[in-house]
Amino acid sequence: METFSTISPVFDVDTIRQNFPVLSRQVNGNPLVYLDNAATSQKPRAVIDALSKYYTLYNANIHRGLHSLAEEATAAYEATRYAVQKFIGAAAVEEIIFTRGTTEGINLVANTWGRQNIQAGDEIIISEMEHHSNIVPWQILCEEKNAILKVIPITDEGELRMDVYKNLLSDKTKLVSITHASNSLGTINPVKEIISLAHQAGALVLIDGAQSAVHLDIDVLDLDCDFFAFSGHKIYGPTGVGVLYGKKELLENMPPYMGGGEMIKEVSFEKTTYNELPYKYEAGTPNIGDTIALKIALDFINKIGKSTIRKHETDLLTYATRQLEDIPGLSIIGKAPEKVSLISFVIKNIHPQDIGVLLDNQGIAVRTGHHCTQPLMRRLGIPGTVRASFAMYNTRQEVDKLVSGIQKAIKMLS
Amino acid sequence: MNNYKTIAETEKDIIEDFALFDTWEEKYEYIIDLGKKLPPLADEHKIEENIIKGCQSTVWLIADYRDHKVFYQADSDAMIVKGLVSMLIQVLSGHSPDEIIGAKLDFIREIGMMNHLAQTRSNGLLAMVKQIKNYALAFKSIKTIEV
Repeated sequence: METFSTISPVFDVDTIRQNFPVLSRQVNGNPLVYLDNAATSQKPRAVIDALSKYYTLYNANIHRGLHSLAEEATAAYEATRYAVQKFIGAAAVEEIIFTRGTTEGINLVANTWGRQNIQAGDEIIISEMEHHSNIVPWQILCEEKNAILKVIPITDEGELRMDVYKNLLSDKTKLVSITHASNSLGTINPVKEIISLAHQAGALVLIDGAQSAVHLDIDVLDLDCDFFAFSGHKIYGPTGVGVLYGKKELLENMPPYMGGGEMIKEVSFEKTTYNELPYKYEAGTPNIGDTIALKIALDFINKIGKSTIRKHETDLLTYATRQLEDIPGLSIIGKAPEKVSLISFVIKNIHPQDIGVLLDNQGIAVRTGHHCTQPLMRRLGIPGTVRASFAMYNTRQEVDKLVSGIQKAIKMLS
Repeated sequence: MNNYKTIAETEKDIIEDFALFDTWEEKYEYIIDLGKKLPPLADEHKIEENIIKGCQSTVWLIADYRDHKVFYQADSDAMIVKGLVSMLIQVLSGHSPDEIIGAKLDFIREIGMMNHLAQTRSNGLLAMVKQIKNYALAFKSIKTIEV
C-alpha cells in the first residue's frame, strides 16, 4: 500500500510539487515551467517508484504462471482494473479493457463493433473539434463500408452547434463519437445531452475522454455512454497504458480485435474459441508494469480529491485568461463558458511557433501548432495556436512567468 | 551573390558573428532580424510545388540555374525559420551543384541551432536542406545532359 505522507487534505501546491521530481529541473538555464499537460502529464515519485519496484521485485508474466512472482504481478495488474472501474463508475470490472491509449481504444471499437455493425449508407457523427484519433478511424471505416461521416460544426466561441447536431441525427445514425473536452479549445461538451439524444435516435455513443478523465468526474453509468476511452499518461500515469470502457452486452457481442495468446479459451486448427471479457480484448503479454503503476496515479489523485484539484486548475485558468486577455494583439481561441484548464491563443502577425521557441528559451514548455486538430484549425482560419495547459502542480507564479515570457517574445518579434 | 567566398568561408563568417553573442536573446534577435530582412517571395511562387511542409510552419523554396550555379530564394510564415532560411541561402546560394551537394553545414551546430533542424521541430528546415540538395543534384544532371 503506497502512502503519500506529504499530502494533506488542504491543497498546498508547493507540497504537491515536491512529489514531482522533474519539476525541479532547469531548462536552458531557467527553472522548468511545464505547461504542456494536455500533451502529457508529469509523474509523481510514487508512480515512478511503483514501476521501478515492479521490475525490481516481482516482474513476471501474468495470468499464466502459478509461481509466486506471477501471482503477485497478476494481483497488482488486476488491482488496477478494479481501481479504474471505481474511478469511472463502471458497473462491472470486465467492462474495463486495458489498451495502449485513447487512440488504440477508438481504433478497437472502429475495427470490431464498427466493422460488424456499420453497413453501406449508415451514418457516423463526429464533430469539427475532434482530435485526429477520433476522426481517422471513422474515415477509414466509412470508406471501407461506404458509410457516411457527418460533422457537427462549432460556433466561433468553440462550442458544438447542438441545433445542427439534432438535425444531423437520423434513423441512419449508428454511432456518435465525440470528445468530452477539446484538447485545442478546452471546451467541455454537453455529453450527457449528446448521449441521450443519440440513444433516442437509436445510435450508440463513444466518448473520447483523453482530456476529461484527468480533470472531470467521470461516471459512465450516469453519462450512459456506450464506450469511453482515455489514456494513462494524461492522468499522471505512465505512457503506453490506456483504458477502453464498454457496456458489457456490447463488448460480449463484438468480434475480437487482436488474436493470439490470452484472448483465447481453446485453440485447435479446426476451431478456436475466445476468452471471456475483458481478456478477449487483451491479446498477448500486456504492458504489465505501467498498468500496475497507473493504479498509483489514480490513488494519488483520489487522495487529494478530484474536486480539490479542479478548484485549483479552474483558478489557474481564470487567472491566466484574465492576464492573457490584457496582452495587446492576443486573441484567446476557445471561449466556451465551461472549459478544462487549458488555454489556446494566437497573437496578431506572429506565428505561434516563434512564440513557442522563445518561450522554450525561457524554460517555459507550451505546445504550438494544430494540436492534431487540423480540421478545427481550418475552420478557425488559423495555422495553429499556442496552448498552455495546467495540472495540479502548476502555480500562479508560473502563469506570471508565462505572461511575461509572452510579452518578451512579442517584443523580440515586433 | 557569394561569387567570391566559398561555402566554408561564409560558414566561418557566420560562426564568428555568433561567437560575439553572450545571451540567447542576442542570438535570436539577430536571427529574427535576418528573417525580417529576407525579401519576401512573390505570391506567384507561393504555390503547392514550392511548399516544404513542416508540421507547424511552412517553407517555400525555389531554385534557378545560371552560369553553372544554383540560386535559391525562400520564405517562411514563421520568423525564426525565416532567419535560419536566410542564413542557409547566404551560405549555399550562388555555388556549383557539387559544392552545394557536398556542403556539410556544420555551422548550424556551431551556432547552437541544431535543435531547429531536428525532426521534432517539424518546421520544414530539415526538409528544406534536403530539397536544396535535391535541386542541386537535379541541375547537375541537366548539366551533364547538356554536355
